[in-house]
Amino acid sequence: MIIAVASGKGGTGKTLVATSLALSLKDSRKVRLLDCDVEEPNAHIFLRPVITGKEAVCIQVPKVDEKKCTYCGKCAEVCAYNALAVLPDHVLVFPELCHGCGACSYLCPEEAISEQGREMGVVEWGQSDGIEFVQGRLTVGEAMAPPVIRKVKEHAHGDGVFIIDIPPGTSCPVVEAVRDSDFCLLVTEPTPFGLNDLVLAVETIRQLNIPCGVVLNRAGVGDNKVEEYCRKEKIPILLTIPLDTEIARLYSKGITLAEGMPQWRESFGQLFDSIKETVDERNRSLKR
Amino acid sequence: MKEIVVLSGKGGTGKTSIVGSLAALAKDKVLADCDVDAADLHLLLKPSLKEKTEFWSGQTAVIDEDKCNQCGLCQELCRFDAIKDYRVDPVACEGCGFCFHICPVDAIAMEENLSGHWFIADTKYGPLVHARLGIAQENSGKLVAQVRQKARQIAQERNLDYIISDGPPGIGCPVISSLSGANAALLVTEPTLSGIHDLERVLGVCRHFGVTALVCINKYDLNEENTRRIEGYCADRGIGVVARIPFDNAVTEAMVRSKPVVEYSSGRVSQEIEKLWDGISGIRS
Repeated sequence: MIIAVASGKGGTGKTLVATSLALSLKDSRKVRLLDCDVEEPNAHIFLRPVITGKEAVCIQVPKVDEKKCTYCGKCAEVCAYNALAVLPDHVLVFPELCHGCGACSYLCPEEAISEQGREMGVVEWGQSDGIEFVQGRLTVGEAMAPPVIRKVKEHAHGDGVFIIDIPPGTSCPVVEAVRDSDFCLLVTEPTPFGLNDLVLAVETIRQLNIPCGVVLNRAGVGDNKVEEYCRKEKIPILLTIPLDTEIARLYSKGITLAEGMPQWRESFGQLFDSIKETVDERNRSLKR
Repeated sequence: MKEIVVLSGKGGTGKTSIVGSLAALAKDKVLADCDVDAADLHLLLKPSLKEKTEFWSGQTAVIDEDKCNQCGLCQELCRFDAIKDYRVDPVACEGCGFCFHICPVDAIAMEENLSGHWFIADTKYGPLVHARLGIAQENSGKLVAQVRQKARQIAQERNLDYIISDGPPGIGCPVISSLSGANAALLVTEPTLSGIHDLERVLGVCRHFGVTALVCINKYDLNEENTRRIEGYCADRGIGVVARIPFDNAVTEAMVRSKPVVEYSSGRVSQEIEKLWDGISGIRS
């Protein structure tokens, strides 16, 4: 089962929830946490994993053999990203614009284009006290997160529970990270910003046809409008975490809720049970 | 004219609350919300819409079932796993057009995407350019570029001194698009290990693109040891720390009332934000 932990608004507590959920389940199940917030991965700060392996993430960018090239211009014509420009006696390649689709090399009539890997980031994996850990890291200065996210998600196969830490927002990195999940937890806070971004996140998750539920963090800080919205939209609030300076202090030191306040483990266990119930029910109804 | 973009790496450190207050403090400026996929600045500035423009960007492949002979070449060649059972998954499709070019029976068409909208609005603090990326759409970087270009044009036409941009979290495409060519980046961080980790990465992006960075530590009293760590880190690298804002629930109370905090409370938070504006408004263009 794959559980995505997303939010729309940043800083609402995605990583806190994802890591605490993983720690609360690890004694009873096989758990793997995948940090897909590859621009700013933070789960490692809380889980302090021992990294045992890594793999570079490369996309295939064109390399033009000018001995074979006739400057016909076909490659530039088919490139949707303007990553190639053909001059009368030279071909310019802009690797940072290339999405690695492979059209130019396949369609070159002279077979003058080969491909070479360009590193955009890295995927690392290891262990953290009973939790299998995988994270992606986009290289600083690189723009495209989705190829790194796709590589991290290659590790979301097999038995057990996969918990994915999703980047904030609602655009392509979020969609790439959430796709194919069985359930999406949306972590929010009861403020106007939290609500505005929750509504956008719900629209995105519904478009992907994934069931969702809300974790309300810092409850008591703002107003009641998130609860009103959830009631109206029939989105269950599965866990409420109060505004508590002790939780904030633990978080600032990189200590999860499940570790710093072990009494929370039971609540996270119940959170998992209600997710599992929804997912099982949905799978049964899809089979019917 | 100076363009100042507010970034953070980590989300939820207070970028938008600070930009809302800078909107109230700065004179002669245009505001730009460059967080196009989860924009919140309009909630504080209560804009009245003047102009709404469609943003068309990128394409999606569509297979004509009647023409398709199910040879499977497109499925085999697509590197984004966007074609299954001779159908295109529009969410996975990157719009590269590879399938369109290689289909032997010309069964594939490329359709333009309506990727979102951008808006010009008036607020009591001055003009605001903002945008909304369509749900699950790509090309947020290009929409950010559009917002900035419009903001720059307004600043030139009206002879305004500042463009103040509310940036997105992270370090990827929309951040790079918000940052490149700006005069300065104000990085809002918090004294948590996550905040520090993410600050270091976004500082790397500023360095990579040659943009001067200034740092503001929000909720500094949450963990003063970490605050000192950030100050030490910045001092070692010659990066100015322009303000230390204490934790105060007035920030959320102001947000609930749709007000910049400097207009809601005259407490220490507001005093620090005033100091912050003094610190950044003087930077060289």
